[in-house]
Formats: sequence, structure tokens, C-alpha cells
Amino acid sequence: MRFLTLGGVPLWRDARVLRAAAQIISVLIVVIVAVFVINNVLDAAEKRGFSLGFGFLEEEAGFIISESVIEYGAADTFQSAFLAGVLNTLKIALLGIILATGLGVIVGVARISSNWLVRTVAGVYVETFRNIPLLIQLFFWYFGVFLLLPPVRESIQWPGPVFLNARGFFAVWGSASSSFSTWIWFVLAGVILALAVRVAAGQVQSRFGRATHPNLSALAVLVILPIIGWFLMAESPLVRDVPELGRFNFEGGLRLSPEFAAFLLGLVIYTASFIAEIVRAGILSVQKGQLEAARALGLNELQTMQSVAFPQAMRVIVPPLISQFLNLTKNSSLGILIAYPDLYFVSRTMINQAGRAVPIFLMIMGAYLLMSLTFAVIGNIYNRRVRYVDR
Amino acid sequence: MSAANTPEVLRPPVSKSGPIEWVKTNLTSTWYNAVLTVVMLALVIFFLRLTLSWVFFDANWDPVRSNLKLFLVGQYPDEEMWRIGVNALMVSLLMGVSWGVWRGVARTFGRVIVVGLIVIAVLPLSLDDLSLEGRIWVAANPGMIGLGFVLARAPFIRPKRVVIAWVVAFFVAILLLRGIGGVAFLPEVSTTLWGGLLLNLILAVVGIVASFPLGILLALGRRSNLPAVSWLSILFIETVRGVPLVTLLFMTQIILPLFLPEDLRIDRVTRAMLAITLFSSAYMAENVRGGLQAVPGGQVEAAKALGLNGPYVMIFIVLPQALRAVIPAIVGQFISLFKDTSLVVVVGLLDVVGIGRSIFLGNVAWIGAQREVYVFLAAIFWVFTYSMSYTSQKVEEALRVRRN
Repeated sequence: MRFLTLGGVPLWRDARVLRAAAQIISVLIVVIVAVFVINNVLDAAEKRGFSLGFGFLEEEAGFIISESVIEYGAADTFQSAFLAGVLNTLKIALLGIILATGLGVIVGVARISSNWLVRTVAGVYVETFRNIPLLIQLFFWYFGVFLLLPPVRESIQWPGPVFLNARGFFAVWGSASSSFSTWIWFVLAGVILALAVRVAAGQVQSRFGRATHPNLSALAVLVILPIIGWFLMAESPLVRDVPELGRFNFEGGLRLSPEFAAFLLGLVIYTASFIAEIVRAGILSVQKGQLEAARALGLNELQTMQSVAFPQAMRVIVPPLISQFLNLTKNSSLGILIAYPDLYFVSRTMINQAGRAVPIFLMIMGAYLLMSLTFAVIGNIYNRRVRYVDR
Repeated sequence: MSAANTPEVLRPPVSKSGPIEWVKTNLTSTWYNAVLTVVMLALVIFFLRLTLSWVFFDANWDPVRSNLKLFLVGQYPDEEMWRIGVNALMVSLLMGVSWGVWRGVARTFGRVIVVGLIVIAVLPLSLDDLSLEGRIWVAANPGMIGLGFVLARAPFIRPKRVVIAWVVAFFVAILLLRGIGGVAFLPEVSTTLWGGLLLNLILAVVGIVASFPLGILLALGRRSNLPAVSWLSILFIETVRGVPLVTLLFMTQIILPLFLPEDLRIDRVTRAMLAITLFSSAYMAENVRGGLQAVPGGQVEAAKALGLNGPYVMIFIVLPQALRAVIPAIVGQFISLFKDTSLVVVVGLLDVVGIGRSIFLGNVAWIGAQREVYVFLAAIFWVFTYSMSYTSQKVEEALRVRRN
């Protein structure tokens, strides 16, 4: 047994050998499983005659998608079908995140209101919607509300040209006129200039101690520049586009399909109940002493909120908030159950159409992982920026 | 010293109380609060009237009432229903024992369950919809809880044994539901017949129990200082957490059969369990990792100084402390996993939601009553998840008080 020792220590008790062995064994297990799996897939592919390549992406998809951000028809390729699905997912996720954050902040602040009724109603809202699976809420909104709305001829009309019927939600909207493409440059210039003003005013304030109101000045620039642009145009850049009752349905204006409307409503209401709790916890996490110290320094209510309470609450709020954004994005895969053509639904249709389960499955995983990674990167950048610096 | 020089003695402010004072401070403290109160009150009354008049007068509850059995247990054969009853009694007994052993901690939950069961047993439905036999089975459960509570005083009942009994009960319950092929009084009940709320509960419990050891291994792997092990763990955890559960369910239903040799076939319910377990284990790993980080480094150093080797330090010193710290997080995970089991409808299983969708296929007259069915499903899930989260909140508060 002498040859099994290294410097007097037997090999099976040598930490270095054990470490190496543990790693080699774990990698080996993974490799063996992978080889087994790949072998079986190749076997099945050969026997049943399906291909594992991505070549089919160039072929004609041959199915339609009920709504799409980009132009898409049945004659287009699988590639553009997948892209249409991804864009639909991004569309609902982005809109959902904005609206859910808005509603969540309102409810979260209401949860700690000094008004008993407001506080209680907000509490009931949170406890109700947080505890019911999203799927059932979506079914309720889609099958139980939106599809049971009256037909087109008996549309519910809200004050103003806003209509609701079983075919969707219709509202007055602005449509771009010929001068829109010029005007958009004013908007862009406004955004860039506003950012510049904010940075410059902030530096002046911190160096010379003069109140320059960086946020207010930036907001003013952001609003005023597009307004100037609006009046400089010969024709107004956005034209009022009112939905009109056509032969089968309303035409013109903004149209949201019942699928999209129900899905958005369900996602927003569900996610907002989680965001409300995060916001509430964040606000409550700011120590009372911080607020009292700010008042003692002579800051007024607004300044205390803006420069003392809010930045500290954000530190607690943002990380779980980002994970809620990710959850909302992942939950948008439920579109398949209420016929909203998101990434997952389109991919399932592609599998039925092309029969390439394995490559399409890898594409689904890749797309979702890319989105998660994006959120993770944003979260990490934010965390690094707001981290407490020990001095 | 003359009376004129005596400083005026201020009396302490009289603390006012009473309903009027309460309204003043809580509803109308400022003018905008008063406005807010009025607007809110109008909204609340509007919604309450709308909801109540719908629930009691307009709604058609027939599809729910005449399918109660389907909603609860799916197509589980009638003559084997006693097995579900026995399982329920077993769980009730253990719950009663736990209530007796841990007292305060389990009290709230115990009360909620007892009241809930009694309410179900005397529901004002016809005997066709809820049979007398079924009512007796339900009503026996509070009795079992009481029996367990009394039994808990017996000297041989100790906390550790109760935990072991729960684990054993889990396997007994699965065995009882599934049956054993070839045994006359326990014929095998195919998993394709499992359904309804029973399936949701099984999936959630199996998911959380099976993901527990996996999650611990993954958490240890992620914290390991062996690069290969920790990278593999991170890869698994982050991949699973980065994709929706729906894609995992899809993977085990459609891709997994391709991964396995052709002669190896796994039934659909088991494959769904596999997906839910994989999904849950990634989240469990992150919860356990949080617990591991909460164990002070001095504990490990002290254990090593006493001469314990690596595995012993982990098993006897670190893990017990870490796992105790993550119990609330695991309860939270169980709640959200229970909600997530509703997603198995995506792959065509007949869980309680799947039943809700399928009863419309058989009866055209009910097609307008979709709203009623989804409200009923929402109520079922709400009762379960809310009572669980309420209990865990109470438990956490109790533990926090005790620690301070």
C-alpha cells in the first residue's frame, strides 16, 4: 500500500486528491447523462425520421398569428413567426411592467395610509389577488368577462369615443401624419437635452451649493421642446384617430384584442399585488431617525421624501421589484391558454407545424434565458450603484 | 412666594376615545382624507352590491354543484373513495398530534381546519350533490384532530417522532392512493384517474418533499469551493429559475420521452411531478443557501476545533441551524408551488382547473356559466393559500417574540 501515499498521507485522505476526485466524478456523471440523452435523441431522430437542425427556420411557416407587432403572414418563414412571438412577449411584458409598477406603488402607499378605509381596501386587494393563481384570474377575465361582453352592435360606450365589446377594446388614438417623422426629432432632442441639463444642474448644485432644481429643470426641457416642435410643424404631427363603426367591427383608433386586454389586465392586477407589498416594506424599512434627522436639518416634507426617504427605500425596493418584473415576463408564457400569441404559444404552433420539437424547445429556453439574463444584469448594475459605501 | 408667581400647572391632555374620535383620527383627519373616505366608501358599496347580488341571485351555480366530486378528486373510482377518506383521517390525526405537541404554533391552523371541515359537512346542498356518506367522512376529520390532540399527551409522543411520522405518512398516502397491483383489496388506480384538487395537492406536496433533498444538495454544491461542482450547480439553478414552469412541464411531456430509451415509458402525472420537482428544487436551493449564509462562521470554526470532520460539521452543526432558519421561506415556497400546480392544465392534466374547463365540453347549457366556475376555483385556491400564509405569518410572529 506504500505506493498509495503522497508525502506520508494516504491518497484517500489527501485533501487535494479528494477535491480533484469529487470534481472529476461530478463532471463525469454529467457527461455520462448527457451522452446517454444525446444518444437516445439521435436514435429516436433516426428511427422516426425527424431532423435536429435549424435549417427549417428558412422554410415557409404556413400558419397565421392573430396579432403581431411586425408584418407577418402565413407565407413568411418560421424565423419571422418566432420573431413575431418574441415581440408579442416583449410587448405585453413591457406594458405590463409599466402598469403593474404604477398600480403597485399606489396600492403599496395606500397600504400605509393614515386613512383606515383606504388601508383596509388596499389590504383586501393584496390578500385577494396574491392568493389566487394567475391562471384562474386570466381565465376569469378572458372567458368570464371579456368574451361575455356584448356584440359589436351593442358595444358599451364609455364617456368619449371609447368602446368595449366582445371583439375588443377601442379608443381614440393619435395617428402619425406626414410631419410626424420630423417632429420625433424634437422629442429625441428633448430627451437628450433633458438628461444633459439634469447632470449639469446637479453638478452646479453640488459644487456651488445653489439650488438649481435638477429634476424640475430637466422635466421642463423634456416637455417644452416637443411643444415648440409641435407648433413649428405645418401640419400637426399626430392626427386624432377616432374608432368608427364599420361593417363588421370598429375601424381606426386604438384596438386591443380581447386576448391582449384580458391578459394585460390579469397580469397587471396579479403582479401589482406583489409589488404593493414590496413598496410597503421598502417605505417601512426607512428608519424613523433618518426622517427626524432630516426634519431637524430643516428640510421640508417634500425634500425629506425626495432626498432622504426615497433613496433609502429604493435600495430595499429595487432588487425584489426586478425579480417581479422577471416573474411577469415569465408569466406571459400563459398566453397560450387564452389564445394570446406570445413566444411560447407561437413556438408550440411551430412544433405542430414543423415537428422539430428539440430545436424549437432550445430556442424557447434560449429566448427566456436571454430575458432573465438581461434583468439580472440590470439588477446587478443597480445594486452596484446604490450599494452602501463604508467610509 | 405669592400665588401670582406660581406657574400655571398644565393638565395632561385628556385622551379621547369612542367611535366619533376613531372616525376623526382614522377617516377624516384632513380634508383630503375625508374626500378619499367618501370616494372609497362609494366604490366599496358599489362593488359589494354588484358582487353580492351576482353571487346570490344572478349566478348559476349548477355546474359547480353537480360536479363537486369531479372538482375534488377527479375520476377517482367511486368504490375506492375510502382510500382518500382514510388518507384524510391519517393527515387529520397527525395534524391533531402536531397541534398537541407544538401547541401555540399550530393552534391557529388547527382551528381554521376544524371550522372549515364542519362547515363543509353541513353545507346546505342536496344529498345528491354531497352524499350523506361523504358528509360523514368529512365530519370524522375534526374528531380525528381532537383524538390526535388528546393522544399528544402520551409519553411516547415526542416532536422528533411526529416529524418522522409525517414523512412515513407521506409514503403511506401515496401508496394507498396508487394501490399495489395484485393485492385484492388494494387494486392499482392508474394515475390517469387522479384529478381535481387531489391532484393539485399531490403535485404540490410531492414537489416540495422531493425537492427538499435535491435543493439542499444544490445549495451545498453552489457554495462548494470546488469550481466544477459549484459551476454545475449554478448552471442548473439559474437555468431553471430563468425559464417559466410551463416550459419545464413541456420539456418533461414532449422532450423527455426523446431523451430516454424507447422502451422506458413514464406516465404523464409522474412526468408532471418531475417537472415540478426540478422547478421547485432550484428555488429550494436558493432558500437553503440563504439559511446557510445565516449560520455564523464561528459555529463552523468551533465545530472544527472540536475535531469534527467536514461532513460531520455540515450534518450536525450547520444544516440543523440553517434549515430551521428557512422554514418560513419553505412555507412560502409551498404556497406558491400550490398555486403553480394549476399550470399542469397546459399539458392536459385534469387538475381542478382542468376539470373546470372540461365540464363545459360535456354540457352546452352551462357554457354561459364560465364566470361561476372560475370564481369557485379562485375561492378554493384562496381559502387554501390564505389560510396557509396567515398561519405562517402567525408562526413567524410567535417565533420572533420568543427569540427576543
